[in-house]
Amino acid sequence: MARKLIIDGKEVEAEDNLTLLQACEQAGAEVPRFCYHERLSVAGNCRMCLVEWVGAPKPQASCSLQVKDIFPNKDGTPAKINTNSPYVKKARQGVMELLLINHPLDCPICDQGGECDLQDQAMAYGRAAFHRFAENKRGVEDKYMGPLVKTAMTRCIHCTRCIRFATEVAGVPDLGATGRGEDMEVTTYLEKAFASELSGNVVDLCPVGALTSKPYAFNARPWELRKTESIDVMDAQGCNIRVDARGREVLRVLPRLNEEVNEEWISDKARHACDGLSRQRLDRPYIRRNGKLAPASWAEAFAAVAARVAQTSAERMAAIVGDLAAAEEIKALKDLMTALGVVNLDCRQDGAKLGGPRPTYLFNTTIAGVEAADALLLIGTNPRWEAPVLNARIRKAWLHGHLKIANAGAPVDLTYPVQQLGADATLLEALADGSHAFATVLMSARRPMLILGVGAVSRPDGAAVLKLAAKIAADTGMIGPAGSPSEGGWNGFNVLHTAASRVAALDLGFLPGKAKGQTGRDVAGIVDGAQKGEIDFIYSLGADEFAADKLGRAFVVYQGSHGDVGAHNADVILPGAAYTEKDGLYVNFEGRVQEAERATFPPGEAKEDWAILRALSDVLGKRLPYDNREALCAAVVAQAPHFTVRDKAPVHGGADPAVWNAVGSKGPLDATLPLASAITDYYLTNPIARASRTMAECSRAFGHGASAMAAE
Amino acid sequence: MSLRRLHHQQPASFAFSAANKARVEKEIAKYPAGRQASAVIAALWIGQEQEGWVTKPMIEAVAKMLAMPFIRVLEVATFYTMFNLEPVGKHLVQVCTTTPCWLRGSDEVVKACKKHIHEKPHTVSMDGKFTWMEVECLGACVNAPMILIDSDTYEDLDGPATEKILQSLRDGKTPKPGPQTGRRSSEPEDGPTTLKEKV
Repeated sequence: MARKLIIDGKEVEAEDNLTLLQACEQAGAEVPRFCYHERLSVAGNCRMCLVEWVGAPKPQASCSLQVKDIFPNKDGTPAKINTNSPYVKKARQGVMELLLINHPLDCPICDQGGECDLQDQAMAYGRAAFHRFAENKRGVEDKYMGPLVKTAMTRCIHCTRCIRFATEVAGVPDLGATGRGEDMEVTTYLEKAFASELSGNVVDLCPVGALTSKPYAFNARPWELRKTESIDVMDAQGCNIRVDARGREVLRVLPRLNEEVNEEWISDKARHACDGLSRQRLDRPYIRRNGKLAPASWAEAFAAVAARVAQTSAERMAAIVGDLAAAEEIKALKDLMTALGVVNLDCRQDGAKLGGPRPTYLFNTTIAGVEAADALLLIGTNPRWEAPVLNARIRKAWLHGHLKIANAGAPVDLTYPVQQLGADATLLEALADGSHAFATVLMSARRPMLILGVGAVSRPDGAAVLKLAAKIAADTGMIGPAGSPSEGGWNGFNVLHTAASRVAALDLGFLPGKAKGQTGRDVAGIVDGAQKGEIDFIYSLGADEFAADKLGRAFVVYQGSHGDVGAHNADVILPGAAYTEKDGLYVNFEGRVQEAERATFPPGEAKEDWAILRALSDVLGKRLPYDNREALCAAVVAQAPHFTVRDKAPVHGGADPAVWNAVGSKGPLDATLPLASAITDYYLTNPIARASRTMAECSRAFGHGASAMAAE
Repeated sequence: MSLRRLHHQQPASFAFSAANKARVEKEIAKYPAGRQASAVIAALWIGQEQEGWVTKPMIEAVAKMLAMPFIRVLEVATFYTMFNLEPVGKHLVQVCTTTPCWLRGSDEVVKACKKHIHEKPHTVSMDGKFTWMEVECLGACVNAPMILIDSDTYEDLDGPATEKILQSLRDGKTPKPGPQTGRRSSEPEDGPTTLKEKV
């Protein structure tokens, strides 16, 4: 129901389920606030959002006053609300004065300076004319909250946003407020680190400088930074980010708002792996001479590659796409290899048995669609590590709905209650034939979904797991009517990729091909072939997550940005650009095509990756038919037309039994091999993260490496 | 009120006695299923009755029992000043110094505590028998000034009366709770002014 209000002299209709603050904002009024946040519960403790309800004896905290509680005047006229009267200004000035009693005047040395809510609002509501408190300000001990969050607790104004975020969104209730009144302190339990993969978001939420970013401490002021809109590649979710750079260096990464992908959160890896962008960089070409990598010029490096290609036949050559590549270079590499007649192509470093029609390897429900689900089966995945922001979305669905969740895989704490079904792969058979208890839950659910982890399909019996997952999806009504979840459509079959490049590479068909009676090898086949001497030449486009150190005597060209395992075992290194240093198209696990802009230039002699391949193709005599990125993007679109649709997840096109029956292949399941996530250390999953000191420290602090080793 | 932190020396473990465990379970049963966290204050209070003060292992044991994060129980324990976060003597002496008691001479009572127990509040006396502290109104203003020792109130005090009570407790005796001046309860000091005769 809606009721009429007069806000600042303007008559408006406001829905009953709104708060007065939301109604004021809809009416175009600006209401200052500290504790109120759209995505958190209402606390109502900062009192900055005071407004005047004409006739009420006191100013009203608009964030916690609901529209349905506002009654009309006695004469029946709508209630009058003022948000900018002298009365309101005076009330807010009073609140600001109280907030500032104990707030230190250390803005010059505070990292929040320039982007501080308190600073900004003090400009509007501060009493600069006089200050009536001569007493000493409160002293508060700083707290330890882990390697990412720096604290200066004298600045805390007790808004409790961080506590509410930890409890509600992150689902890791590590933060709390001890004591009361003046002695209230926001802290973790006895100096414990805040053990969430989303912990960096409390820095964004903090309206003052109490919680700031530890790795970014004293680095820069916001007005010195060049802001570029980009896409995160640390996981396959494609979180929207803003890259803040000064000069050539990326200093920090912040989230951008995108309701359909990441709301306004990003994971700690997305936020804090950016120091890895300036470490371990490949900034010039190298050639292995006498067993040692020696610096070389581009011409020498290309000549070395060309010489080797000239003496190798196509069936003894192979190419692998790494996890961070953009669509452009995948397309360029694919075209170059096709021109050379190479069919040993693969993008699935982990050996996932995926491919085929697009819906069979996408997260079809879409991230926002998860909120509509009422039953969820996780198979061999740990979304908390594989896509922390998606995990927050699942938690949100559980918190606000009746989502029943079961996990077929190693038991892990996912921040919401999960029915642990065990890690034995054979239970999928019971789920598929309907004899398992949870199959009944899925069957009776209106919108059931499953999330198939890459860990489950990269096992030796991955194709059989995929087949069973597709059968479960088809038999329990997960493949529903066409359309997006908001329009009543439903497709509950989801693959959760961990590599940012994977969906683009699958879209562009970077998979083992066929030619002249020869079937292309996958990554395992390439490694095996290299060890047996059947593969002599491997082109690695930033591939570091496979057995790159076990390639026998094969000649390896590594094109990438970081000196990781792939580069250490290469014969020629072609320095490429990291994700912040090139314009690039990335496709997230939903199949959403998003464009990242270049924030900085690649270091030294490094070049944009597609340009390297284009230049190399010239040297190899197979000149690629595009001279600029526009032409290349046109070629991408020509092969995969869905690349024209940007920033939208593909809409489910309806159940096609032929597609779902053909997924995977029948085969025996390995009962001795437990279903588990593909990730053993969340903080160190790619070359950039492994080059980052911050991520290394997190891995140490949160013991990820240790638990992974203990499990092995 | 001052900063409330856990004591620097903590016992190694905590467990409710069988009787107290049953009491906590009875408290939990008062609330609907899944709302067991509502019993946190009662659980900590029973724990404090058992140990005399709230210890870190107790906070963790209560948190586990009620399926709460440790920090949530710590919040409660630090919020309420009636939870003692440091060890106390055998008898806990709480002296009311709020206005009515103060007007009626609670300063003398405090002085007696300082003399008999320790110069500083919140400190265990040398013999381990007492800890005293100032508290806000305990609701016996009609018999001001008063003190609360463990769970008994001693009322209508002055310096010597307080010393006498403390001394007899120290000697292992149990002084009679209530008014110490011969008043039966809270009737006027110089005898009743109304209802003097039985009708």
